[in-house]
Amino acid sequence: MAIIDFLTQKIPLGNAVEWLVNIIISNFGGVLDSFSAFIKTLMDGLIGILSFGHPLLFIGVFALIAWLIRKDIKLTIGTVLGFLLVLNLEMWDPLIATLASIMTSVLISLVIGIPMGVLKSRSKIIDIITRPILDFMQTIPPFVYLIPALMFFGLGTVPGIVATVVFAIAPPIRLTYLGLEQVDEELKEAGRAFGSTPFQMLFKVELPAAMPSIMMGINQCIMLSLSMVVIAAMIGAGGLGKPVLRSLSTVDIGLGFEAGLGVVILAITLDRLFGRETN
Amino acid sequence: MAKIEVEGLSKIFGPNPEKALDLVEEGHAKDEVLEKTGQTVGVNNVDFDVDEQEIFVIMGLSGSGKSTLLRCLNRLIEPTEGTVKVDGVDITDLDSEKLRKFRREEFGMVFQNFGLFPHKTVLENTEFGLEIQGVDEETRKAAAEDALAKVGLDGWEQKHPDELSGGMQQRVGLARALAVDPEVLLMDEPFSALDPLIKREMQDNLLDLYDEMNKTIIFITHDLDEALKLGDRIAIMKDGEIVQVGTHEDILTDAENDYVRDFVKDVNRSRLLNAKDAMIKPRAMVYSEQDGPRAAMHKMRHEEISSIFVVGKHRQYQGIVKMEDVLELVNKGKDDLSEVVKEVPTASPQEDMDELFSKIANLDCPLPVVNDNNKLIGIIVKSSVLSNLSSEEVV
Repeated sequence: MAIIDFLTQKIPLGNAVEWLVNIIISNFGGVLDSFSAFIKTLMDGLIGILSFGHPLLFIGVFALIAWLIRKDIKLTIGTVLGFLLVLNLEMWDPLIATLASIMTSVLISLVIGIPMGVLKSRSKIIDIITRPILDFMQTIPPFVYLIPALMFFGLGTVPGIVATVVFAIAPPIRLTYLGLEQVDEELKEAGRAFGSTPFQMLFKVELPAAMPSIMMGINQCIMLSLSMVVIAAMIGAGGLGKPVLRSLSTVDIGLGFEAGLGVVILAITLDRLFGRETN
Repeated sequence: MAKIEVEGLSKIFGPNPEKALDLVEEGHAKDEVLEKTGQTVGVNNVDFDVDEQEIFVIMGLSGSGKSTLLRCLNRLIEPTEGTVKVDGVDITDLDSEKLRKFRREEFGMVFQNFGLFPHKTVLENTEFGLEIQGVDEETRKAAAEDALAKVGLDGWEQKHPDELSGGMQQRVGLARALAVDPEVLLMDEPFSALDPLIKREMQDNLLDLYDEMNKTIIFITHDLDEALKLGDRIAIMKDGEIVQVGTHEDILTDAENDYVRDFVKDVNRSRLLNAKDAMIKPRAMVYSEQDGPRAAMHKMRHEEISSIFVVGKHRQYQGIVKMEDVLELVNKGKDDLSEVVKEVPTASPQEDMDELFSKIANLDCPLPVVNDNNKLIGIIVKSSVLSNLSSEEVV
């Protein structure tokens, strides 16, 4: 009987998820609202800072940062030229909006992701529990969770950022974990042999030794966030994704290319700046 | 009183050590325990004492449990059973707080692959132990610089470990251990990763440092020559057990079992070598056909040697002349070198080192090696015989 039931009757999985989402909305509305307000404030603050003064001032500051981090004249000049092009194409405001939302998503991803990676390496149980969740988050198509994000936070920037975080948080968690797991056994022994506390072990021995791997996680997090720019625009997030979407619906090849180029320039610049290998 | 007393120390690797431990205490060997319980015995019921300010060498092949034993002493590896007393305090009883204090103040550790922090400079690496103790920056910098100077690395403070050669990296490792001024130095095959020349230099350095400081050193090695050079006493391990503890003489003369004997046999490698292996090319020779006293003197001065072999046509061996004799000839204005040519014992290429050693022992010049046709094919100097008696890896 049970087998026949199974063959003919669909398991109400979809209904269950819907039910769960509704429960969350009706019971945790307050929490969701204050979270939403927090992200919004963070975003607005960042946009405020980034658009303070003339764009040329921003480009100058950015070039200076590029120089200070990498000491690479080619990269610095490239950064300046790239941003000047974006300015010329009148994509400046969307670029700033995108940059702000990426910074917000990456910040949230790292604040949650890196400690999560540490916990994962400390506790076998957490490691086992988080593994399938991370797999799920990395493989499920982003469109699927756009809907609940939309329902939780309404149309606008916030659901875009939440969706981006879901999409981009796995690498910092995984690579922090991986980096810590791969710390040379002798280094850990050295740390312990000289009498380190667990806290000192983590901050003076393990995290610094895992830094290259963690940096790679940060880089991937930034890149994945950028790849969500257009998808997030579908639920109302501002920035460079918006003109790309608009060009799609109006078949405006030129606009699509200009906005797309803005994403590319931002991506390459950020990748080179916070890139894989740090000195 | 002994500095460190180890009693009944065992380490079992496996999920259920109790069962294996019973077998160990009944005196079963590693293989039997593995067969009966599936658990690995790292250290098997070991007892020994280490005296104050002694270099105690623990020697064994890889897998003999020597590194595990060393790590049980500061509980980097938790012993399954037994006690380790340092100055009468049982380490195995300490809670984590007290154990930390002990590790900070009592022990300095040096690792086989150096265990240096790649993200820190040489100076910061050396400061590490003091940094962990919360010592203020100025004091620890001074102590670290002092330690670096001791190992001959002053001027390298701001480099990173990957900019240094292996030998220098291990000097940093040693400086890091010395900087905390520990009572006991635990050294886990510190020189095994270094090439033979550097290794010897580091051993000499360590002995110099040891003479200057009042430290107890526990030194792990798989190299018998190293053990003999450094150790006041040597413990030989096999399959987790200590099969013999003693001074050099004890170990070399009355080797207590086959394993030790096998180990020791290798050291007398003189039997394996003959004159052909040990000889070197003479730096210069005097050819009696054309060279007179002045040429002989010139060659000796040029090569900074005090005697030189004389050969005839086709390098036929004739004998040796000494600097003082040649000088006399020159002063007297004589031209015939042959009147001062002396005879010395010669060796054939196949002669083994024991015979060579007895020939060369009382000689004040090199020993000529001459083939069946009386041709001089090489010379043997004392130092090369001696170095062949004790050198290279024993693995």
